[in-house]
Amino acid sequence: MLGGADMSIATKISTKKLDEILQIYDYKKSNLIAILQKVQEEYRYLPEEAMIYIGTKIEGLSPATVLGVATFYAQFSLEPKGKFEIKVCDGTACHVRGSMPVLNAIRQKLNMKEGQLTSENGLFSLETVSCLGACGLAPVVVINEKVYPQMTSDAINIVLDTLLKEEE
Amino acid sequence: MEKTSLNIDIKEEQKQAREEIKKQGLRVLVCAGTGCVANGALGVIERFKELGADVSVLSDYDKMTIVPTGCHGFCEQGVLVSIPDKHVTYVKVRYKDVEEIYETHIRGGKPVERLLYTDPQTKEHIFKDEDINFYAKQSRTALKNCGNINAEDIDEAIAVRGYEALYNVLEENNPDAVIETIEKSGLRGRGGGGFPTGRKWRFTAANRGGKSYVVCNGDEGDPGAFMDRSIMEGDPHKLLEGMAIAAFAIGADEGYIYVRAEYPLAIKRLKKAIKDAEARNFLGKNIMGSDFSFTIHIKEGAGAFVCGEETALIASIEGERGMPRPKPPFPANKGLFGRPTLINNVETLANVPVIMLNGADWFAKMGTETSKGTKTFALTGEVNNTGLIEVPMGTTLRQIIFDIGGGIRGGKKFKAVQIGGPSGGCLTEEHLDLPMDYDSLIKAGAMVGSGGLVVMAEDTCMVEVARFFMNFTKNESCGKCVPCREGTKNMLKILEKIVQGKGELSDLDLLEELARTVKEGSLCGLGKTAPNPVLSTLKYFKDEYIAHIVDKKCPAGVCTALKTVVINEEKCKGCTKCARTCPVGAIEGTVKQPHHINQDKCIKCEACLKSCPFKAIELK
Repeated sequence: MLGGADMSIATKISTKKLDEILQIYDYKKSNLIAILQKVQEEYRYLPEEAMIYIGTKIEGLSPATVLGVATFYAQFSLEPKGKFEIKVCDGTACHVRGSMPVLNAIRQKLNMKEGQLTSENGLFSLETVSCLGACGLAPVVVINEKVYPQMTSDAINIVLDTLLKEEE
Repeated sequence: MEKTSLNIDIKEEQKQAREEIKKQGLRVLVCAGTGCVANGALGVIERFKELGADVSVLSDYDKMTIVPTGCHGFCEQGVLVSIPDKHVTYVKVRYKDVEEIYETHIRGGKPVERLLYTDPQTKEHIFKDEDINFYAKQSRTALKNCGNINAEDIDEAIAVRGYEALYNVLEENNPDAVIETIEKSGLRGRGGGGFPTGRKWRFTAANRGGKSYVVCNGDEGDPGAFMDRSIMEGDPHKLLEGMAIAAFAIGADEGYIYVRAEYPLAIKRLKKAIKDAEARNFLGKNIMGSDFSFTIHIKEGAGAFVCGEETALIASIEGERGMPRPKPPFPANKGLFGRPTLINNVETLANVPVIMLNGADWFAKMGTETSKGTKTFALTGEVNNTGLIEVPMGTTLRQIIFDIGGGIRGGKKFKAVQIGGPSGGCLTEEHLDLPMDYDSLIKAGAMVGSGGLVVMAEDTCMVEVARFFMNFTKNESCGKCVPCREGTKNMLKILEKIVQGKGELSDLDLLEELARTVKEGSLCGLGKTAPNPVLSTLKYFKDEYIAHIVDKKCPAGVCTALKTVVINEEKCKGCTKCARTCPVGAIEGTVKQPHHINQDKCIKCEACLKSCPFKAIELK
């Protein structure tokens, strides 16, 4: 199975991979955000060991500073995300046009509680974002970079059904 | 100052670029902005390419070229396909429609009427986009090329006078004259603050001599605004040119564009544009043979609203947490990496080449006494035509919402418009004829902000809207200043209490007191403006707050806790379906007799509402 929400399966951190990433960004302090983005792309979250490693390898940084930056920005996740990353836009335009019923429909469908990031089977992660800039198509949902426009509770159920079917 | 002789002739480059475009034959423009891509633009492009492969069938052209463009602005009607030579724009085009356009119109010469825009009032089909009300009432300056050129082809930008302003500026070789022109034009920062751009340039230029930077703020964090995204996606070269002119004026040789990570397409197109511009020596070392060198880097944000604040943005580029720093020192003196830095937003910089080409007087003629030029607004919410618009400063809300926006969706009644996002406020019916410019909006208790206009109708609850924005600012507060960090949290708590029907009248005084404390005790714009949505809804919609607190009712029928689910006894047939559906056993009654809901048990999940085959269950 996928790593998913099962935290007992620790992600294997490859220091070789981390060195490669650090190399691309010249081990530079000012590139820390870009480095963390790359690491997250690799592991689908920021493993603690990776942050500690980066914090000790870059001059002028400490693991604590790295953790500080990682927790500051909404994009970074300290727990594994699902294979399908669902982002429900809850910007003003989407909110006014009913993004909350869509979010609730997803929670219901995937059996997820409020505040739960990743579904039990590790397949889906769910979060709200403040604006994706596709306000003309509100409400929108983005799943792994694909934008689904003008969503309703029924429409998102169809989308999720299709994804679930693909996974079977 | 002596003129510089440059090693290229921009007029010659333009001529060549225009000839290249002529060689494309019949140009079919397909909008490939984020909105239209979501509606299937890539499939439409593919289909056109398949059909157009056999060019021998075209009678009046020897070739057809499909041009993917940036955002047209009319996102609601996407996918937009326009064929300038045939004077037509098609709306809501899908994959299956392409063949008909191709066969009937491109080959057959007869327009496909069913795919034309239909005026909602007159029901007439409209051929040209300039005749559609949505476009007709606009004057596009910063957005002029968006949707009309291939954003990924530098030749298309050159053909519409891209880099001509930079050429002129470098040839003239007089940085102070550039600053003077920008000052005279009256351009003010389009990102929210409205600070005079020319003055900002002059402050930074005072530190000429050492290393300095130009930073473009593309961290469009305001929910409900997407003009910067559209410019970066639709006309990236205009932004690069604007930055290069700014850098020349203030004596910088390095620039950064800080783009939100939520805008992957903008990042991709900017990267390509930078590469192409460098290849033509419009960026890089000794640009066009002059002494001026300028390189641009892209920095991706990582999701923090506060990074739109300039000192926080600087911290973020330096790789730190995006926390604002006290001013002074201003970035103009001590900014990025401790060096003098000019920070302007995307739309501001996109106006620069246009001003340099057409002159300060041309720009200053548009707009009002204190707010010159045009402003883009992202028109969204409960309005018929949502999308991106650009109008002269001073245009009234009525013109924007009813003429351009086509009125309120579904014939509902207009209630308010939220302007300026979480930092702004709301405007009501009484403000419909207010000229939209920096100063009149401030007077009305709102602000232009970045230009997000979210239209709200009678069924929007203003208390809930205030709660929504407070939740946003609470989440985005960086935590540096205690009044902002704790104040927004407690304001949110009070608002949550009110929408749950547990509010007390004294809460309203407490809200105002907290609002004052947060405003006065915060370092940056986020905290200083965070209470605005609460204050302005309190000012104009106090009756709604009171209805929630005293009558325990939500007049708009939005707040769940204040809703009552009831059974209409006249419609109820006693089928028992609702009673069986109810998860908490709150519905009582005997078969074939009208049922009723025990309000003490009801959890307002509305499950019964959906289950009733006779629509007998109502929300009150």
